[in-house]
This record gives sequence, C-alpha cells and structure tokens, in this order.
Amino acid sequence: MSQRAKREALTSEESLRPLIKPGHTLTSITNKISAIVLSPPLLTWLQWLIGLGLSFIILMIFMFGVSWVLYRGVGVWGVNIPVAWGFAITNFVWWIGIGHAGTLISAILLLMNQNWRNSINRFAEAMTLFALGCASLFPLLHLGRPEAFYWMLPYPNIMSLWPQFRSPLVWDVFAMIVYGLVSLFFWYLGLVPDLATLRDRTENRLAWVIYGILSLGWRGGSRQWFYYERAYLLLAGLATPLVISVHSIVSFDFSVAIVPGWHSTLFPPYFVAGAAFSGLAMVILIAIPIRYVFGLEDFITMRHFNNLAKLMLALGLIVAYSYVVEYFFRWYSDNTYQSNLTHDQATGAYSWMFWLQITCNALIPQVLWFKQVRSNLRLLFIVSIVISVGMWVERYVIVITSLHRDFLPSVFGMFSGTIWDWATLIGSFGLFLCLMFMFIRLLPGVSMAEMRKLLLHGKMKEES
Amino acid sequence: MINNRVLPRFTNTLSSVIIFGSFFFIAGIMWAGYLIRGSPLYTGVGVARPQPIPFSHERHIRSDAIDCRFCHSSVESSPFAGMPPTETCMQCHTQIGLNSPILDQVRESYKTNRPLQWQRIYNLPGYVHFDHSIHVNKGVGCVTCHGPMDNMVPLPEQFPIDNRTPVIWKAQPLTMQWCLKCHRNPENYVRPREQVFNLNWRPQKPQADLGRELIGKYKIKDAGYLTNCDVCHF
Repeated sequence: MSQRAKREALTSEESLRPLIKPGHTLTSITNKISAIVLSPPLLTWLQWLIGLGLSFIILMIFMFGVSWVLYRGVGVWGVNIPVAWGFAITNFVWWIGIGHAGTLISAILLLMNQNWRNSINRFAEAMTLFALGCASLFPLLHLGRPEAFYWMLPYPNIMSLWPQFRSPLVWDVFAMIVYGLVSLFFWYLGLVPDLATLRDRTENRLAWVIYGILSLGWRGGSRQWFYYERAYLLLAGLATPLVISVHSIVSFDFSVAIVPGWHSTLFPPYFVAGAAFSGLAMVILIAIPIRYVFGLEDFITMRHFNNLAKLMLALGLIVAYSYVVEYFFRWYSDNTYQSNLTHDQATGAYSWMFWLQITCNALIPQVLWFKQVRSNLRLLFIVSIVISVGMWVERYVIVITSLHRDFLPSVFGMFSGTIWDWATLIGSFGLFLCLMFMFIRLLPGVSMAEMRKLLLHGKMKEES
Repeated sequence: MINNRVLPRFTNTLSSVIIFGSFFFIAGIMWAGYLIRGSPLYTGVGVARPQPIPFSHERHIRSDAIDCRFCHSSVESSPFAGMPPTETCMQCHTQIGLNSPILDQVRESYKTNRPLQWQRIYNLPGYVHFDHSIHVNKGVGCVTCHGPMDNMVPLPEQFPIDNRTPVIWKAQPLTMQWCLKCHRNPENYVRPREQVFNLNWRPQKPQADLGRELIGKYKIKDAGYLTNCDVCHF
C-alpha cells in the first residue's frame, strides 16, 4: 500500500468510527444519561459532593473579594493611571472568550451538520452561559458604582441621559445582553425534551413537579417535534452571527482607542479566533473529568476529542498568524510609538508575560499536529491548560503593556495585581465551577434526545 | 405518573399571556419609575418647607418692594447668591416690628451673634457646580428657576409635629433634564439683563426673536458647548 493510500484509509476509518459505542439501544442511552441525574451511584455522588465543596470554597474567596471591592471601592485593585484597565477587563475578555466555544459547537457545527457535536453541545452551552455570567460581573465591578449599571441602557430618565451610541462600550452592553439571552434560550430549548424524559422517569414528587413545569408540557408528539426543530434551527441561525459579532465588539473596545497596541484593524478576527481557541481548550478541560467521573466514555469518544483538538489547532494557527501580522504591521507602519511598544513588550518589564503568551498560544499548540497527542487525554488536558493560561496572559499583555507606556514618558507607570485582583480572578473559577457542578447534577449533561436521534440515523444508514 | 399533568391546562394560555405581557410590564415599570422620579415625591417641587422663622418673601418683595440683591447681595459676582446676615434684617427691624413675637429669634441671633439656621431648599448634588453670577449676567431671571417668589406667602396651616409654618418651596425640579432644557435652548429663557430681578417681566416681542438677539449680544455659547459634561459637573 502506498503512503497516500494508507493515509486515506486511516482518515476514512477515523471518520467512520461510531460516535456512540456499538451495542447501545434507545433505552440504554436514556437509562445511562438520566441515571446521572436521577440515581447516581454512591461513589459518583461522593466525588460530585467533594468537587462541589472545593468549588464552593473558591466561590467564597470570590464573595470575599467582591464584597471588599464593593465596600472599599476599586482602589483595592492595582488599577490606577496610566493602567486604568487591569485585571477586571482582562478577566472579562477571557471569560467571554471561553463562552464562544459553546456557541461555536452548538450553533455553527449544527448548521454545518457536524453531528459529532451532539454529545458535547449541552455542557458546552452550559459553559457558555456560566462563563458569560462570570464575564459580565467584571465590567460591573469595574464601574466603581455597580448600582448605577442601568445608566448604560436607554431608558426614560430625569437626567435626559441617553447612551453614547457611537461608543463600542455601549454596543458591548447590548451584545452581552443579546448573547446571554440567545444562549439561554438555545440551551433551554435543547433541554425541553430531556426535561420531559426526566419528568417521566423520576420517582420523586418534587422533582416531578419541577421538571414537569420546566418541560413546558412536552409530550414528544410529531407536531411538537416539527415546531421544536424549526425553533432550534432558527435560534442556531441567530446564535451563529453572535459568535462573530460579540467578540468583534469586545475587540472594538480596544481598537477604537488610539493607544498603540490597541489601535488595529486586525483586532476583530484576531479576538474571535482567540476566543474560540481558549473556549475549546475549556471544553476539553471540562469534558475529560465529566467523562471520567460519570462514565460517559460511550458517548464522548476519542473521536470527539480528536475533532476538538483539530478545531483547536486550526484556531490556534489563526491566532499565531494574527500575532505575526500584528507585529509585521507595527514594523511596517514605521510609527515610533508602535515600534517602541513592540520593543517594550519583547524586552521590557512585562517581557516574560509576552514570551509566555507566544509560547503557550503559538508554539505549544503545534504538538496537536501529532495524532499521539490528540489521542492522549493526559497530554490533551495539559495542552488545554497551557492554552487557557496563555490566552489569559495574551489579554493581560494587550491590556497592561499597551497602557503602561503611553505617549508621554511622564505618564509611564507600572501595574501589578493586588491580592484582591487575584481573589476576584481565582474566585470567579469558584463561581463557574459551582454552577457547572450543580448543572451536571440537576440537568442531563449530554443531550438524550439528540443521542437517540444520532443512534437512529446511524441505524437507518446501515439498513439502507 | 406519566399521565398526570403537573399544571392544569389553562397554564398554556397563562404562560403566553405572561410572556407577551412581560414586555408591557417591563416598559410600564420603566415608565412608572420615570414618572415617580420626576414627581414632587422625589423632586420636592411645590412641597412647602418651614424655616426657623416664618419669613414671608411675598411681604418683603411685593409690599415692601425690596430688591432681591438687598439680601442676596453676592448673586451678581459669585457662585453663591448669599444669605443675609442678621445685621441685614436688623437694618429695618430695629425700626419695624419691634414688639412682634415672630422676630424674637432674629433679635436673639443679633444679640448672641449666632446666625439664623435657614434650611436650604435649592440643594444641588455635590457633583454639580452652579454659578449664580454667570446665569444672572447672561440674562437668566431669578423667576425662571426660583418661581414667583413674590407670591410665596406662609401657608395658613402648620406642621402638626412642631407647629411650624411652611413658608417656602421649590418652584422647579432641579433635575438634569430640567437644567438641559435651557442649556440646549437658551434662547427660550433669556431676558434683558436689566429685567433679571424683575419678577413680573413679560417679553415685549416674541421670545424667539428676543432670545436670538440676546444670545448674540451676551455672547451666550451654543448648545454644543453648554451641554458639555464639564460645564456643570466636576
């Protein structure tokens, strides 16, 4: 066999590998997934409880950090002139970027008919929602007067104040609200048939009432399915442009400013790719432990991880390309401030952050070219952590290094996060993880309805 | 349990009504909030307040024909219009109302050299600076903001708790919306400088023509400048 034929055989074999382990029936799928919620084994339940407990401790760090910020004001953070955008904005961009992978998987892959998404879309969408929740807290805290947040909305008021619609900061508010609502509806709509399954299977009266109300009277009739599929597709169509637009608008927050390092037309695609890149890393980070603890190896197969890793590699290449283009145009612009900034980033006080960014986001992800890495969950987990850290560092470099060397040497300054900066950053993981743990225990983490459909489609293909 | 309903059938209709109605509900709440914040409940317009003594602006302005500047002497030259020291009162009240019990506190203040503690009615938030002199010199009349002070008679009824007479009230809401009404269209409110202290002045020709003319004459800046944040805010 020639080298090429071998390779072709390998790829086709890979794409034919089943998305559900052979031997499953419609009932066994439903049994397996609904058992996680309705009657988990004792060991799983204990593991879950320990996980939730640890996340709760981290959540308390967040609560303490946020309370202190609310009580004393944003001065407890390291922000000051010239670096007025510190951790809060870095964390905001990072968290909202995490969310994008969920929508990418659930909406774009749905429209592209990539049915391997069906077992991972549910928790990826939950991840989107929870990441959005974490993200939106940071700009609110950063306001300094969070109680006046509604001033950003156009509403009738006695101040005759109206938002400045020419500012991307206002677009950002709308983008976040729309994105949050569409993600919530999309996630909830996908849940409805599964909630009905849980309603029908639970033995607990309270659970029956709650799942019953949430399932909106779903009976699984063909008319209901007809409308359901339509609505689901429509929402997917709505969510798809949001994947692109939301993070583009986040990038406008930076690129409309004339600050060197921010003022670049490259930012929207660069940010969108980076967002989905870090989000996919987070999906892998969540999928590996969930699969292990809840025994979902039958549904989240190695083919899923392989595909996710390939997608991550592709986006990582766009990010790496964006780095190259960004530095090229800084050099090509022949602008003193741009070249000074690049010099400062590469050799200045924050140079180690800069090189960490390059290493984590552009160099290390190249190992994903190798099948051995993509099929080794331990390595994949480590690479995903590296990418997540790298993407946070990237936002840190963009926010802080661009600001700390302004146009005038007299306003040069340094920034470093205080303990309260770190408390809110680390604590936000607690919030995210707590929500994630509660989600996985109370709602089906893998879509039962879509898995059943996948199985039926597979059977139909075999028979024809 | 599969054949039981969790909720009765009418909840189908109810949920549609709730979803459809929620838009109106939210819009209604916003509108109600706007109305409440613009109402006297919040702005205090027309809500009469007592002062340490039941001072009548009506008597001093209309009957005695005293000019505003006799008491509020720094209004043309400083941000603060000025509150009269007790000595100003005593210029007349050493001669008039010598036995009036109403003036007991004024005489007491004069003797002990402790100022009367007037209650502020026109109170601006700390993040706003207001300058009386610029407004007066550009032709904004007292009456435009403070209302017809020559009609402010102490009210007949008294506050039930301390038996004090309500004597003065706000004529305008002092909301930012209200300030901007003039800062966006100053031509609707300006008057000739010499008529600023005249509480009963009426324009001789249409206000629109007069306003445009005066804006040129007094070099009043345009709305673009007058609505800059830092014109009023620190």
